[in-house]
Amino acid sequence: MSVPRYWREEKPRYRLIGEECAKCGAKHYPRTPVCSCGSTEFKPYKLAETGKVESWTVIRNAPLGYERFTPYVVALIELDDGVRVMSQVVDVEPEAVKSGMKVEYTFRKVTEDGQAGLIQYGFKFRPIVD
Amino acid sequence: MNKLKTLIRVGIVGYGAYVPMYRLKAAEVNRMWSTSGEPVEEKAVVALDEDTITISVECARQAVRRSGVDPANIGAVYVGTESKPYAVKPSGTIVAEVIGATPSVSTADYEFACKAGTEAMQTCIGLVGSGMQKYAMGIGADTAQGKPGDALEYTAACGGAAYLFGPAEESVAELEASYSYVTDTPDFWRRSKEMYPRHGNRFTGDPAYFKHITGAGKALLAETGYKPTDFKWAIFHQPNAKFPINVAKMLGFGMDQINPGLVSPVVGNTYAGSSPLGLAATLDVAESGDRILMVSYGSGAGSDAFVWKVRPPIKHRRSGPKVKNYIERKRYVDYATYLRHRGQIIV
Repeated sequence: MSVPRYWREEKPRYRLIGEECAKCGAKHYPRTPVCSCGSTEFKPYKLAETGKVESWTVIRNAPLGYERFTPYVVALIELDDGVRVMSQVVDVEPEAVKSGMKVEYTFRKVTEDGQAGLIQYGFKFRPIVD
Repeated sequence: MNKLKTLIRVGIVGYGAYVPMYRLKAAEVNRMWSTSGEPVEEKAVVALDEDTITISVECARQAVRRSGVDPANIGAVYVGTESKPYAVKPSGTIVAEVIGATPSVSTADYEFACKAGTEAMQTCIGLVGSGMQKYAMGIGADTAQGKPGDALEYTAACGGAAYLFGPAEESVAELEASYSYVTDTPDFWRRSKEMYPRHGNRFTGDPAYFKHITGAGKALLAETGYKPTDFKWAIFHQPNAKFPINVAKMLGFGMDQINPGLVSPVVGNTYAGSSPLGLAATLDVAESGDRILMVSYGSGAGSDAFVWKVRPPIKHRRSGPKVKNYIERKRYVDYATYLRHRGQIIV
């Protein structure tokens, strides 16, 4: 991801902020230019920070920039407010991930542009610590 | 004496702590190097995607949530560390952005080896105590480096704690007094662009750790008129399991006073996070009216000493995971995995 794009998207990625359609109230993450109702008017919406794993996969052959994290889990998570987000799930062995597993927001490094480039941070999810 | 008492009464309005879940046992270091040391039982190691900034964010978010303070009203975020992910770009900018304190905020990274965290805390106390800011956050966090095969490899660990300071009447613990004791003592250093620190072996004991902690502790006790028996709890910097116990005895404190905050045997030395993490573990069990002595130590060298008085809001401002929960959440790694997590194996 380019530095300007990372900068433009850092607040939603840092704070887990989506958007809510001003017309029908549908909530989206990530941002979308047009709602399914046809509206293009949105307001920021703070997503829930806990949810459950709906489905997941284990990445063993990672795309460029993510090789050092393999094997890692990418999951579809239904947040407690009903919004679905795609995210890595960390602090768990891939074989221990289960459908319905309760997870919570955590802030992590997502990728690094080599040794000299930008470190890109954002949200991931982990099993709830209690 | 430069005793530090504020013009306006200041206290901790929220605190948070974090320990990564991976652990390296001292026995595993011994297996690797055919040695027999055990300055701690085990130490905390970061995950592949964690660093000082992510640890700081974990601590900061917990501190803000527990305080109930609107993050837009936090006027300073200072991170004390000796393991900055960027040589140039303040860690505090990212922490402040994540918690929602930007843009009306001052940020900076502090460096003073293992007492960088308490330096950051003291600066925040000054800001709030002078009336420049209503709320200010000081964080001590590290992913400490130990050269493979060096004595520090047993103990150099990862973790931290964050403290949000504000008006004493809103606080869970009020600052009663603070004092700093610093000399030029070359016990430990890391030159620019060097990956690992160097240290003076036995020289790191008496003229460094013990001299500065007892210097700061005794001076603050003399200034406040308190005796060790006036304190329910005490925290001393924890480079290993033995030093804090020995320095506590030298100052007249017993094991029952330091036990809740003594986390180094199972976490290791989290450097700038060390005494702040010990304070967080102590606040997790403290009750209103308890008095706490805290003395950090940073090589180079110096100590910051604080007297805290716990207040009634402590009861309902420590929700969520405690330090104990993070310590108990653990997965052991072998030496090779440890090197991978510390970025020593380049993929």
